[in-house]
Amino acid sequence: MSQAQNRFIADHVIGLPRSGIRDFFELVAAMKDVISLGIGEPDFTTPWHIREAAIYALEKGRTHYTSNLGLIELRREISAYVGRNFGLEYNPNNEVLVTVGVSEAMDIALRAVLNPGDKVLYQDPCFVSYHPTVLLAHGVGVAIKTDAESAFTLKAEEVKKSWEPGCKVLLINLPCNPTGGVAERKELEEIAKFAVEKDMLVISDEIYAEMTYEGEHVSIGIFPGMRERTIFLHGFSKGWAMTGWRLGYACAPAYLTEAMMKVHQYSMMCASIVAQDAGIEALRNGDEAVKTMRQAYQRRRDLVVRRFNEIGLTCHKPNATFYAFPNITSTGLDSTTFSKRLLEEERVAMVPGTAFGKYGEGFVRCSFATGYDQIVEACNRIERFVNNLK
Amino acid sequence: MNEVFKLLAEGERLNESQMAEILGLSVEEVEAQLAVLKEKELLLGWIPVLNPEKDDSLAVRAAIEVKISPERDGGFNRLAQRISRFDEVESCYLMSGGYDLLVVVKGSSLHKVASFVSERLSTIEGVLSTATHFMLRAYKEQGYLIEQPAEDKARLDVTP
Repeated sequence: MSQAQNRFIADHVIGLPRSGIRDFFELVAAMKDVISLGIGEPDFTTPWHIREAAIYALEKGRTHYTSNLGLIELRREISAYVGRNFGLEYNPNNEVLVTVGVSEAMDIALRAVLNPGDKVLYQDPCFVSYHPTVLLAHGVGVAIKTDAESAFTLKAEEVKKSWEPGCKVLLINLPCNPTGGVAERKELEEIAKFAVEKDMLVISDEIYAEMTYEGEHVSIGIFPGMRERTIFLHGFSKGWAMTGWRLGYACAPAYLTEAMMKVHQYSMMCASIVAQDAGIEALRNGDEAVKTMRQAYQRRRDLVVRRFNEIGLTCHKPNATFYAFPNITSTGLDSTTFSKRLLEEERVAMVPGTAFGKYGEGFVRCSFATGYDQIVEACNRIERFVNNLK
Repeated sequence: MNEVFKLLAEGERLNESQMAEILGLSVEEVEAQLAVLKEKELLLGWIPVLNPEKDDSLAVRAAIEVKISPERDGGFNRLAQRISRFDEVESCYLMSGGYDLLVVVKGSSLHKVASFVSERLSTIEGVLSTATHFMLRAYKEQGYLIEQPAEDKARLDVTP
C-alpha cells in the first residue's frame, strides 16, 4: 500500500503484522492434493441434534434480536455448565455475557479494561489473535515464554520473570493452541497468588477444556482471591464442533460483565439467535457427542505423537487440544522453511510455529483434527521428507 | 474391552494393518485381539452394508410380526431359533408388545417373500399368526444415510 493510501489508515492498524497463517493459507490454497494438518477446527460437523434445534428455531420464527447479554435460557445453561464442570459460580442474570465466539469475548474484555499503554502478559506461543487484539485495544503485549522442556506448560516462574511494572492483565489460554500446553494445579495456584500480589486481572481462555485427555482441567478462577479478578472465556467452537456458528461467552463478576457489555452492545448488539438456540441444545444434550469426539482426538493424538518421534521430530504428548507441536530443529531448517518445503515437496501443510509467536521458532503446529487415513498418509510423507533431508 | 474393539466401535472402515498403525500395535496383535472378540462372540462377523435401493438381491424386504405360542421349556427360544435359521431371514428379535417376534425377511421378488411366509413360516407348528409389512423405501441402513444430500464438509485449508 502506498504512503498516500495509508494516510487513511490508523497508525496502530498499519503497525499490525499480517497473520503468518494468512500467508501460509494462500500458498496452500494454490496447490492441489495437499493433506492439511493446518486446520484449527474440528473435522466433525456439528452433531445433528444441535443442528436440528437450530432448524426448529428458524421454523418457529426465532429471527429477532436477543437481550444484549444473550438469551436468559442460554445464560442459565452456561451458568450451570460452568458451575458443574469448572467449579466456578456465576449469576446468569448479570455475570454471563454471550458473545460472537471467544474472539469477540477476548476483544471486548481487553477493550473494556485497557487504557492506552497498559501492559498485558500473555503466553507465547499462543493463538494468533492474542497479541494483535491487545494492540487493537491500545495495549502493550509482554510475552511469557513457554518451552518444549516443560511440555509448554505455563510456569509460575516464567510469569514472574516476564512481569514488569504496568502489567495490568494476564491473558492465558490453557489448554493452549498451538502447543497443547496446560498448567499443573500447583503452578496455576502459584500464578494466581502472583496475580493477586501484583493486582492483575486475569483473562482465561479455556476453549479447549473439553479436549483434556489426561488429568484434570483446572480453572485459575477457583483459587482464593481470583473470582473478583478473573474473566472466564469459553465457547462452543471446539468441544461441540460449532466453529462456524460463532458462539462464545464471557463469565465475570457483575462489574466486569457490565463493562464488557457496554462495548458489546454498541458493537455487536447480540450473538445470532439461531446460534444461541443451538447452544442451549448443545449444553442440555451434548455431553455424549463431546465425549465421542474427544475419544477420537485422543487416539489420533497418540498416533501422530508416536509417528513424529519415530520420524525423529521430537514431540511431547499434549495433554489436551487437537494440536501436536513437534520440534523440527533436528532437520537443520527453521520453521518457515520446513513448512514451505514440506508443502512444496510432499504436499503436507503444517503451520510454522513462528505464526504463533517468537518462541514458536523451531516448531510446527500439527492439527490432528482430521481422518485417520489422512493422518497416516501425511505422516508417511513427512517421514519421506525428513529422510530426504539427511 | 480391548483397543481394537474401541476402534471398531468408532465406526471407521479400517483394515488390520491400518488398525495396527493407529493403535501402535503389530498386525499380529490386532489379529489376536480380533480373535478374542470373535471367541467371545462379541464380534459376530463382517458384512458389507448394501444400499437396499440399489442392491437387486434385496429387491424385496419385509418386516413380519409373528405371534407364536411359548413352550413349557425355553419359552420362545426354540421356535425363534428355528425361524432364524432360514437364509431368507435377515434378523429376528423377540419383542415386547402386540406380537412376539419381529422377523426381517429378504427376497428377490414379492412372490418369493410371500411364499416364504405362507409356505415356510406360517406352517411351522406353534406359529399362531403373521402380519407382513413390505418395506417401500430405505432412508437409513445400519447407520448409513441413503440418498440424502452429502454434507458439505468443506473447511478452509489452513485456519488459526
